[in-house]
Amino acid sequence: MRKKHFKNLFLIILIFCLSGFFLFSCEKKEEATGPIKLGVAGAHSGDLASYGIPSINAAKLVVEEINAKGGVLGRKIELFIEDDACKPELATNTATKLISQQVHVVLGHICSGATKAALGIYKDSNIICMSPSATNPSLTQSGNYPNFFRTIASDDSQARLEVDFTLKELKVTKIAVLHDKGDYGKGLAEYVKQFLEESDKAEVVLYEGVTPNAVDYTAVVQKIKRSGAQAVIFGGYHPEASKIVMQMRKKNIDIPFISDDGVRDDTFIKVAGEYAEGVYATGPKDISTNPLAIAAVEAHKKVYGKDPGAFFLEAYSATLALLNAIEKAGSTDYEAVSKALRTELDGKIKFDERGDAIGVGFAMYQVQKSVYVEIK
Amino acid sequence: MEYFLEIFLGGLTRGSIYALIALGYTMVYGIIQLINFAHGEIYMIGAFTALIVASVLTMLGLNTISILVLASIAAVIYASAYGFTVEKIAYKPLRHAPRLSALISAIGMSMFLSNYVLLAQTSDFLSFPNLIPELKFIEPYSHIIRSNEIAILVTTTAVMIVLTFIIKFTKMGKAMRATSQDREMAMLVGVDVNRVISVTFIIGSATAALGGVLIASHVGQINFYIGFIAGIKAFVAAVLGGIGSIPGAVLGSLILGWTESFATGYVSSDYEDVFAFIFLVLILIFKPSGILGRSESRAV
Repeated sequence: MRKKHFKNLFLIILIFCLSGFFLFSCEKKEEATGPIKLGVAGAHSGDLASYGIPSINAAKLVVEEINAKGGVLGRKIELFIEDDACKPELATNTATKLISQQVHVVLGHICSGATKAALGIYKDSNIICMSPSATNPSLTQSGNYPNFFRTIASDDSQARLEVDFTLKELKVTKIAVLHDKGDYGKGLAEYVKQFLEESDKAEVVLYEGVTPNAVDYTAVVQKIKRSGAQAVIFGGYHPEASKIVMQMRKKNIDIPFISDDGVRDDTFIKVAGEYAEGVYATGPKDISTNPLAIAAVEAHKKVYGKDPGAFFLEAYSATLALLNAIEKAGSTDYEAVSKALRTELDGKIKFDERGDAIGVGFAMYQVQKSVYVEIK
Repeated sequence: MEYFLEIFLGGLTRGSIYALIALGYTMVYGIIQLINFAHGEIYMIGAFTALIVASVLTMLGLNTISILVLASIAAVIYASAYGFTVEKIAYKPLRHAPRLSALISAIGMSMFLSNYVLLAQTSDFLSFPNLIPELKFIEPYSHIIRSNEIAILVTTTAVMIVLTFIIKFTKMGKAMRATSQDREMAMLVGVDVNRVISVTFIIGSATAALGGVLIASHVGQINFYIGFIAGIKAFVAAVLGGIGSIPGAVLGSLILGWTESFATGYVSSDYEDVFAFIFLVLILIFKPSGILGRSESRAV
């Protein structure tokens, strides 16, 4: 009996503590002093870390610069960096952790699957989330996530470019479409297939998902050969792409390989080596002549001693956009900030109703002498 | 017909890849009834060692054959040392504990090793050089089979024969069989059980390292995570063939390889894993101990 009493008492105390905690957190949100908390979430470890690390660097550089100038609204900015390893199941934990740290806005996540998993949680807590790299179309087009913005164009525009390029420049009529069964790769492949069928100029001779991380892709490669495809369009990331390309080339299948910005990464060239030569991949338009971009890359070189990696500039502009919007809104209030994001900001960036940045787009790149070169 | 042959050979290669890893799995299980989850990680460490040694030797300007031989030897020695140490640290103290404890220790060891390589080396994919020289006379048939794949097939067969020979005809093999049947009784008649188990782990790790070198050169890239995926598939193959049986591991791996390859070739690669696992379930329903496994009926 006594034991049970203790248990009840303990529970009551626990409930009190928790409710106290909630009250406390509500109170704190209203407070307009103290640092502005910027969460940075994404793949910071694991095999896709090379996509996430540059966004941390970008956020650090921007925040350092702005803090040196006195911060935003007279408040310093503080970074909260959390890893989701590109895994949806970890991303929900990451989101919950950031919310418990009471961040005001979030830069991230990096991978589409992880972003989708985390967004609902941010939405319930009225937190704005801006991704430099999550390109899955439904994130903005579904209208489910009014709190989501991104500084990269969505996959359907990428798929459109891949299809147009394949039909107009390569002039092929039989195309194999492959994907890696993931949110990102499959979503992209579905758009490619749809656009190809609508165009009526080419036939999709093979449409398949390959098993990610498999030890070899010989059977799929043989199937591509038998299908008589004149080009392969692949939706997915570089580890699978490099394996497929290498095995295709080793089996003497020399047809064009067209892929997405998940493959437009220097790791792809490093791993596939000579076999990467001639591979096409879409990627964000080259903005390296933009003065702001030049300054950002210079700052990165100065601090880290090397060229920034994937999505660095997108992350840089996303961080600037978020902080500018807070400045313009005059507070970290959800409504005010999201309204500010939808009107033009100082950095000349603006988001449409759905949350996509206006004016960003993709260009086609090709591996030439071990570097990606933009094809005009 | 040529397409059938290509798919058949593709499956054969894939099966042999699984077999190289499954052999070590099944051997350890046969002797101490422990599913050594860290086995896949040993394979990965073998591949990493080979890559490091090969890069250094390439810089020194040696020819391909000597690089292949030296890198393989280094990988085998290094991985065997790891296998030996893992057994001493993670499994030996738990030898009299319930089986579940050893299993959990094995899973922990697997995570530890892959994360250790992640931290000590890199999280990136690394390009693995093609260590197997291209044979001139196969060149015209390279769209069907390549020298790399032949090397994998030959090695798997050789390893299987050597292991069977060791277990059937040597004194150590006899001691292994005795340990496997009844550890305490073997101890009573003077078998040094600890030594037998250590040797088993060393042999198992050596085959895994050999697999690491050949498979990495076939695939052309490695990272810290390859051991986990390959380990799971090899484990399935070993169970399919009857865990504990050496020919069973090879048979199970080949069946798994062919199932996956034909499912991809004639149905769709979307269903590759589905078919592989349906097959596993069917076999285990009708023959719970695997195709060549002994049924587990023990006198009490």
